[in-house]
Amino acid sequence: MTTIDATPDTGNKKDSPSNPRRRVYRPNTRYIPILATLALLVIMYGGAVANYENFGQPSVVVNLFRDNAVLLVVTVGMTFVILTGGIDLSVGAVISLTTTLTATLLQGGWPPLVVLVLVLLIGSLIGAGQGAVIHFFKVEPFIATLAGLFLARGLALFINQQSIPIRDETWKAISEYRIPLADGVVTKPVAVVAVAAVLIAAAVLAWTRFGRNVYAIGGSADSALLMGLPVGRTRIAVYTLSGFCAALGGVLFSINSTSGWALQGNGLELDAIAACVIGGVLLTGGSGYVFGALLGVLVTGLIQTIIIFQGDLNAAWTRIIVGVLLFAFIVLQRLVTRKAK
Amino acid sequence: MTSLLKNRLFWPAAILVVMLVVNAFTSNQFITVRDGHLFGSLIDILRGSAPLLLVALGMTLVIATGGIDLSVGAVMAISGAVACLLIRDLSDQNSVGPVLLIMLVAVGVSLLAGLWNGALVAVVGIQPIIATLILMVAGRGIAQLVTDGQIINVQSGPYATIASGFFLALPVAFLIAAAAVVLITLLTRRTALGLLLESVGGSPTASRLAGIRARRITVMVYVVSGGFAGLAGLIYSANIKSADSISAGNLIELDAILAVVIGGTALIGGRFSIAGTVLGAVLIQAMTVTVVAVGVPSEATLLFKAVVVVALCLSQSPVFREKVFGRFTPRPAARAEVPAS
Repeated sequence: MTTIDATPDTGNKKDSPSNPRRRVYRPNTRYIPILATLALLVIMYGGAVANYENFGQPSVVVNLFRDNAVLLVVTVGMTFVILTGGIDLSVGAVISLTTTLTATLLQGGWPPLVVLVLVLLIGSLIGAGQGAVIHFFKVEPFIATLAGLFLARGLALFINQQSIPIRDETWKAISEYRIPLADGVVTKPVAVVAVAAVLIAAAVLAWTRFGRNVYAIGGSADSALLMGLPVGRTRIAVYTLSGFCAALGGVLFSINSTSGWALQGNGLELDAIAACVIGGVLLTGGSGYVFGALLGVLVTGLIQTIIIFQGDLNAAWTRIIVGVLLFAFIVLQRLVTRKAK
Repeated sequence: MTSLLKNRLFWPAAILVVMLVVNAFTSNQFITVRDGHLFGSLIDILRGSAPLLLVALGMTLVIATGGIDLSVGAVMAISGAVACLLIRDLSDQNSVGPVLLIMLVAVGVSLLAGLWNGALVAVVGIQPIIATLILMVAGRGIAQLVTDGQIINVQSGPYATIASGFFLALPVAFLIAAAAVVLITLLTRRTALGLLLESVGGSPTASRLAGIRARRITVMVYVVSGGFAGLAGLIYSANIKSADSISAGNLIELDAILAVVIGGTALIGGRFSIAGTVLGAVLIQAMTVTVVAVGVPSEATLLFKAVVVVALCLSQSPVFREKVFGRFTPRPAARAEVPAS
């Protein structure tokens, strides 16, 4: 009897607060962090255009994608991992392993296509291994991927501690190829790959069963399990994807620099995490979008570009300015988000 | 016997013992008395582990509240830079009073850095990993600015003492770290402070509602972490008798987090073990010393570390332990069928 009495009560409570809303237009609260980032990005860009000559040229924006292609690809993988509530610290090390391995194998005369497939496979395998350890042995993602970081960088250093030049024709041809976009605006294939990665990832996340599973696990892994979702498979797949993206980033890196070095990609994992957070992807999981991560990468890239345009800053000041801008950005974003709520 | 095997710290302790035994056999002097003080590779391990121990101690408290401090390496660099800059300008670098005062100033600066982190986390409400990332990026720039991009060399007897001096036959650096461990253990286990820390780590909101000043405690742990990092930076820079703003404390945050986790403190917060952290930090340092003693080639050092870390992480996973060690305990026939299928 008591249960029957209770039902209308809860029904009333649910209805009453939703009535007095709908007076002013409010964007979906899920989009507010992204919109805040977008607005701040536009303001930053506008300010830079007003202050620096030639900043308004389209090539500045196009080059943003070219210069941050590696970070962009890595951040896409990281977004998936963070959405499930995990973290992947190994991406920078996987990049260094990929570039070292690529350069070594190409120097050894392996066919480029075989090398490409092989390094992508190894990156995915490292990711899958980490995912398996995290899922089956319940090791915390931070620690499992930290071990992965040591392992991948250790392997890279074991292969070669020096920088290895790449003299392969295919790699050089891709590195020197230019794609004309408009009059006087050209870009590199690496940028196209990065943008394609973003688009594919966004589509997968929004419209596939896998994408919805990722959000569900990030929201609550236990509920996802009780709903009958393949939690283990999805979690391992997410880390595999991140490993793949890191390896792809490493390939792009080796194309950009036509060399391989075990110390490349040092600290890139933190840049990727920062980009995700700036883009409104919550580290607790379950909330965020690939386009947000894209905006995050663009913000960090824009900061770098502004520092280059400023021109008279030494290395010490560059670090400080990046830190200050990061701080200003996160605080502003928090204020905007808080006010909107 | 089984209860000993089940202890989380059993395997780290076992690995540490193995390392020490290996050291005792391979190094020509494990522990001897020379010039009235103890000498040998065991003392090297104790002395060398002091900076990591201090940093890991502060990190333990931060992690106990569910946070993380990535800025410790940068704070080490700042503290060493400030101290060396001031000592260089002394008229007499060997006078004890001014040098002590300068070290206090350097630790004070580090406390301020910690206060900044704490304010960002507790007052502004930024996620700890991002809040401390800001100082991690900017802090090294500040250190470079302090030293003007140079490596400052100092020739100060009292300053060098804190890293390489001996008191009562034991290294001063080790005594400083030991004093810090005792102080923190007393503060957290003999007063209610430890309980409050764990309660904030469990749930800040619930703690606040229960009348605990959660915000104040959060700020405090970051300040303590900053202070210990500053002290570690002093020992590091006193050891090399110079301020190196690039390599001081480079990647020490990852080693410190690793030490904390090896010691059985979960990254989600809510409980912590100081004894475990001490074990973890000494183990990591012992690993570094052993690698050299055994004669592992330098390119394989990181690989060796990675293998040990992977083994340690797996040994601490309850699931892994059950799969491997569960065999030794009798279990019902029905359960024996499950792994086979």
